[in-house]
Amino acid sequence: MNGLIEITGLTKAYDASHVAVDDITLTLSGGKIIGLLGPNGSGKTTLIKMLNGLLTPSRGSIRINGQPVGPETKAHVAYLPDRTYLSGNQKIDEILDYFCDFYADFSREKATEMLKSLGISPDSRMRTLSKGTKEKVQLILVMSRNADLYVLDEPIAGVDPAARDYILRTIINNYNPSATVLISTHLIGDIEKVLDEVVFMRQGKLVLYTSVDNVREQHGKSVDAYFREVFAC
Amino acid sequence: MAWELDAERPIYAQLVERIQMQIISGFYPPGSRLPSVRELAAEAAVNPNTMQKAFAELEGSGLVITQRTNGRTVTEDEDLIREIRTGLAKELADGFLGKMKELGYTKSEAVELLGDDSDTGRETGPITV
Repeated sequence: MNGLIEITGLTKAYDASHVAVDDITLTLSGGKIIGLLGPNGSGKTTLIKMLNGLLTPSRGSIRINGQPVGPETKAHVAYLPDRTYLSGNQKIDEILDYFCDFYADFSREKATEMLKSLGISPDSRMRTLSKGTKEKVQLILVMSRNADLYVLDEPIAGVDPAARDYILRTIINNYNPSATVLISTHLIGDIEKVLDEVVFMRQGKLVLYTSVDNVREQHGKSVDAYFREVFAC
Repeated sequence: MAWELDAERPIYAQLVERIQMQIISGFYPPGSRLPSVRELAAEAAVNPNTMQKAFAELEGSGLVITQRTNGRTVTEDEDLIREIRTGLAKELADGFLGKMKELGYTKSEAVELLGDDSDTGRETGPITV
């Protein structure tokens, strides 16, 4: 099988002294849940924005299912950004209409069902919701697509621990099994048991790409504990 | 409820142990059908591929059998289940004796302590291994 995401020599320099992503080469295969881990400012969000075509690489290339990033790949990539892009004046129902129009792979049924199980009324306007509930709505929108690649930038940062479990379960239950889920986070402990593999980044460079159980077997500690060791300040 | 897993050891190995225990304890009786990988993964809140790996190992030991048409079932070979149960009990006993040795107990002193549960008030089940 082809690697779903092929990243070659990828570099993003904002200016000569600020290289956010530095010569990363990485192939991620399909059907996996992968954690993109690194301290603040390690280049995770820059990498994610390049995967979504929101930033243009300075050098190197990205191919998703063999295609360069563009309109074709965007139709198959579901992206949860690190900040909201929805208008506070919109009702959830209206946002669902919008997503139905915008994405051929969006399942309104799935979204409605998840909203119901979290007790979120589709009549609510976005600005009336708490920060955590807003995040849940956005994750539901993203996971209701039948995408090849889900890119989630800090999906659990703003929600309480009980809701984190729900969100992780939502991710496990709803991603299409041949798809890849890339989750960037620094809350590793909460998330590592749903990950197949982890990518560690530091100062724009790829430090490690391995499986969660490999880390545990080789180092006798959790990815969380290992991360704290590798990135000790 | 997500399954309690410890942080140090590989996740799939802990899933194997947990499902093994559920088979040995009769939670999943011999010949019974097991939930799908995805269902169990969601229940445990673990990655489905990790659950799949655990099942592959359980299949390797013969405890779990994959039916082409009927999903996965627990083996009907009760001797095999007993054998695995005895193996696990031995491991536990060895671990216990090892720790007691560190405390300076001989094996017979440790066994004597096990028999003496009058002052702990705890119920101890019969040992039928």
